Amino acid sequence: MENTTLILTVCLLGVAGFYLGRSRSLSVVGGFAAARNLHSLPGYYGYFTAIWCLLPALAVLTLWFVLEPRVVMALLVDSLPQAQQDLPPGQLNLLLNNVRNFAAGSAIGGETNQVLTDAAAVYLQLQARSRLLLTGLVLACAVLGGVIAWRRIHPEFRARNRVEGIVMLLLVAASSIAIFTTIGIVLSVLFEAVRFFGEVPISDFLFGTNWSPQTAIRADQVGSSGSFGAIPLFTGTLLITGIAMLVAVPVGLMTAIYLAEYSSRGVREIAKPLLELLAGIPTVVYGFFAALTIAPWVRRTGESLGFEVASESALAAGLVMGIMIIPLVSSLADDAIKAVPGSMRDGALGLGSTRSEAMTKVILPAALPGIVGGILLAVSRAIGETMIVVMAAGLAANLTANPFAAVTTVTVQIVTLLVGDQEFDSAKTLAAFALGLILFIVTLILNMAGLRVVRKYREQYE
Amino acid sequence: MAMATSTTNRQKVEAGLSRRRRKELVFRYTGLLATTVGILFLGVFFVDLFGKGASAFRQTYISLDVELSEAVIAPGGEPDFAFADFDGLVRDALRKLFPEVTERSQRRELYRLLSVGAAYQVRDLVEQDPALLGTTQTLWVPASANVDMLIKRSEGEPVEDDSGQLSVAQVYWVGQLQQQELLKKGWNTALFTNGDSREPELAGIRGALMGSFYMLLVTVVIAFPTGVAAAVYLEEFAPRSRISDIIEVNINNLAAVPSIVFGLLGLAVFINWASLPRSAPLVGGLVLSLLTLPVIIIASRAAIKSVPPSIRDAASSLGASRMQVVFHHVMPLALPGMLTGTIIGMSRALGESAPLLMIGMVAFIVDVPAGLTDPATALPVQIYLWADSPERAFAERTSAAIIVLLGFLLLMNLAAVIIRKRMQRNW
Repeated sequence: MENTTLILTVCLLGVAGFYLGRSRSLSVVGGFAAARNLHSLPGYYGYFTAIWCLLPALAVLTLWFVLEPRVVMALLVDSLPQAQQDLPPGQLNLLLNNVRNFAAGSAIGGETNQVLTDAAAVYLQLQARSRLLLTGLVLACAVLGGVIAWRRIHPEFRARNRVEGIVMLLLVAASSIAIFTTIGIVLSVLFEAVRFFGEVPISDFLFGTNWSPQTAIRADQVGSSGSFGAIPLFTGTLLITGIAMLVAVPVGLMTAIYLAEYSSRGVREIAKPLLELLAGIPTVVYGFFAALTIAPWVRRTGESLGFEVASESALAAGLVMGIMIIPLVSSLADDAIKAVPGSMRDGALGLGSTRSEAMTKVILPAALPGIVGGILLAVSRAIGETMIVVMAAGLAANLTANPFAAVTTVTVQIVTLLVGDQEFDSAKTLAAFALGLILFIVTLILNMAGLRVVRKYREQYE
Repeated sequence: MAMATSTTNRQKVEAGLSRRRRKELVFRYTGLLATTVGILFLGVFFVDLFGKGASAFRQTYISLDVELSEAVIAPGGEPDFAFADFDGLVRDALRKLFPEVTERSQRRELYRLLSVGAAYQVRDLVEQDPALLGTTQTLWVPASANVDMLIKRSEGEPVEDDSGQLSVAQVYWVGQLQQQELLKKGWNTALFTNGDSREPELAGIRGALMGSFYMLLVTVVIAFPTGVAAAVYLEEFAPRSRISDIIEVNINNLAAVPSIVFGLLGLAVFINWASLPRSAPLVGGLVLSLLTLPVIIIASRAAIKSVPPSIRDAASSLGASRMQVVFHHVMPLALPGMLTGTIIGMSRALGESAPLLMIGMVAFIVDVPAGLTDPATALPVQIYLWADSPERAFAERTSAAIIVLLGFLLLMNLAAVIIRKRMQRNW
C-alpha cells in the first residue's frame, strides 16, 4: 500500500476502534441507562481503544521510515558482486545512487551494465518486499492493539486515567521537542565543526586574517590551512552590525520615546501598526531593496561627494538592516519605558522639570537595563541576519573598517559555502559549520544576556 | 537674606528657562523625526516596489495569423506534439507580416521578437482542440522580454530604443507592428500559471507558490499541535522545577536563534543523517516547523495564561479532572489566541528563506511540484533567485513576486487580527 493510503487506513481503524470501544463499554454494563456503573465516561473507553490502535502502528511506521533505507541499502550492498563491494565508499555511493535512479526509471549518467541491471532488479525486489512487510506489520499492529484494548474493557476499568496518562506523556514529549531541537543544533554544528578543526587548527581559524576557502580544494595544497582565517568575516559582520545599530538604536529609541511621551493617541494608533508592518516584511525583500535601490543610491551619493564606493558597500547593507531592526528596538524600548512607574515621571514633572528632562534624567536611567537588554537582542538579530547581507553585501573577505568598501559576513560565507552541490566532507563545507558554531554561540550569549536583563528589569518594578 | 537667595534662584531658573524650552522642542522634534524615518522608509519602499513591479502583471502580445498546417503538425496522420515544428509555424506567420525580410541573419533577428512560449501556445491549442488542424487561427502570442520591456518603456508613444537590447531593425519592426495595431498589452497569465524559466516572459511563480504551500502544510500540521501541546503542558501541568525552568529559557532562546542555524540543523539532521531528499517541501516544512514552534508555544502560553483561574476552579469544583478542565474549558477559551499565534508563526515561516537555502531549495526548478517530496522552491527563495538574474525583465518580475508575497502576508495578518477581534474575550 502507498504511504498515504496506509496512514489513512490506520486512521480509519482508529476511528472504528473508538466506536467499538465505546459501544463495548456500554454493552458490558447493559446499555446507556446503566452507563453510570462505568468507572469512566463511555467516550474514554473509545479513546483508549483508538489510542492502542493508533500508537503502536504509527510507532512501527516511523521506525520503518528511519531504518528501512539503511537496511535495504545494506542488503543491496551484500547482493553486489565482491568487486563492487570492495569499492571505496565514494564510488560505492555513486553506484548505489545509479542503481536507485535506474530502478526508478530515470536516465543515469554513464552506461548501463550487467551489475547495474542486476542490482536494480534486486533493489526493486527488496523494496516491494519491504512495502509488503510494512503494510502487513502496521495493519497487524493496529488491529492487534485495538483488539487487546477492546478486550480489557470492563466496568471497573479506569479508562479515563489511562487515557489521561497517555495524553500527559504526549504533552511532555511535545514540550521536550524544544530541548531536542537545541541539542540537535548543538550536536550537528559541533560535530561537523570538530571535524573541521581536525583539518584546520582552531587558532588559525579564529585568529587568521586571510579567508579564501576557494583555494583549499585539495587537502595537500600549500597554504590551504592559512586560507580559513575568519577574522575578516568577524570584522565584516561587526562593521555591518555596527552601521545597523547606528541607525536602529537612536531611531528606534527616539521613536519609542516620542510615541510614549509626546504623540497623540491618534498618531500612536497609526504609527505603531505601520512600524509593525516594517517588522513583518520578509528579509529577502529587504535584501532586494538594499541591492537594487539603496546600494546604487549610496554609490551615486557617495561618488558625488567624492568617495570611492564599492557597489556592494557595507553601508548599504547596514543601512537597510538598521531599518529592519528599528521596530525591534522601538518595541523593546517601549516596553522598558512603560515599565517605569508613572509616579517617577510625575515626581520629576512636579519638581518642575520639562518633559524631555524627565525623560532623559529620570525615566531613561531607570529604564536603561531594559533598553540595554533590548539592544543586545537587536545586535544578536543583526549578526544572525542572512538574506540582506547575502544579497547586498560582498563575497570577498576584506579586512577593513571602511563603510564604503565591500565586506563579507559570517552568514554570507555560510550560505556561499553550502549552496550548490558540494562534497559534504570537504574542509570547505565543514568550515560553514564551524562558522555556524561561532554564530550560534555568540547569538546565544547575547540572547541569554539580553533576555535575562530584560526579564530581571521587568520584575524589578512589578 | 532668605529673600535675596530666593530671588537669585528664581532668576537662575528664569534665565535658564528659554534654553530648557528650546532643548525640549529639539528633543520633541527629534522624536518626531525618528518616528517619520521608519514610516518614510515604508512609503519609499512601497512606491518603489509598485513602481517597479506593477508593470510585470501585464505582458506584450503579438497578433499572428498562424496556419495550423496538417503537413507540419501531423506528418504521419496523427498530431505529433513532441517533435512537430510548431516554432516553424509561428515563424512563418511572423515572416508573412514582413515579406521584405529575406536575408537569413535578418530573419533570425526578426524571430527574436517572439517568445519561445509562442510555439508552446500553438501546441497547447492544437492539443486541446485537434479539430483546428488545417485552419488558420489569429492568435495573440507572447512577445519576447526585450520587446515587452521596450513597449513598457515607451508607454504608448512610438517606440524608440535606448537600452541597446534590440537592434535598429528590430525596433523598426516593433514600430511597424505597433502601427498596424498588432501589438497589445494584456494580463500576464504566465506569471501565475508557469514555473520558473530562463526566459523572463515565461517565468512564473506557480511552482514557488505551490512549494510554499506544501511547506506551510507540513509546518502547520506539525507545529500547531506540538506547539499547543507544549504550551498546555508548560502552563498547566509542569511542576515548578529546574527542568521546566530550563525548558522555558530554552524556548525563549530558540525563538531568537538565527534562522540560518536552523538551516544547518536541517542539512545535518534531515538530509545527511536521515537521508531525506534535498529540495523537498517535506524537509523545508520540517525545518520551518522547528523554527516556528517557539513562536507558537510563546503565543499559546500567553493565551492560556489569560484564561482566568475562576474558570478552572469552577470546572474542578464540579468534579472535572485536571485534564478535563484543560481540554474542555481552558483550551476552547484560549483557542483564538493560539490560532492568532499560529497564523503569525506561519506568516513568519512564509517569508523565511535563509534556512531553505541550506537544504537545497535554491535549485532552478521548472516543474510545478505535485507532492511533498518533489523538488521545489519557495516564494521568497524564488525572489532571491530572480533578484540575482541580470535581465531587466526579471527585476520587474521580482517586484511582482514580492507584491504577491506581501499580499499573502497581509492576508494572513489580517486573518489573525480578525480572529483576535471577533473571538477573543476580555475578562
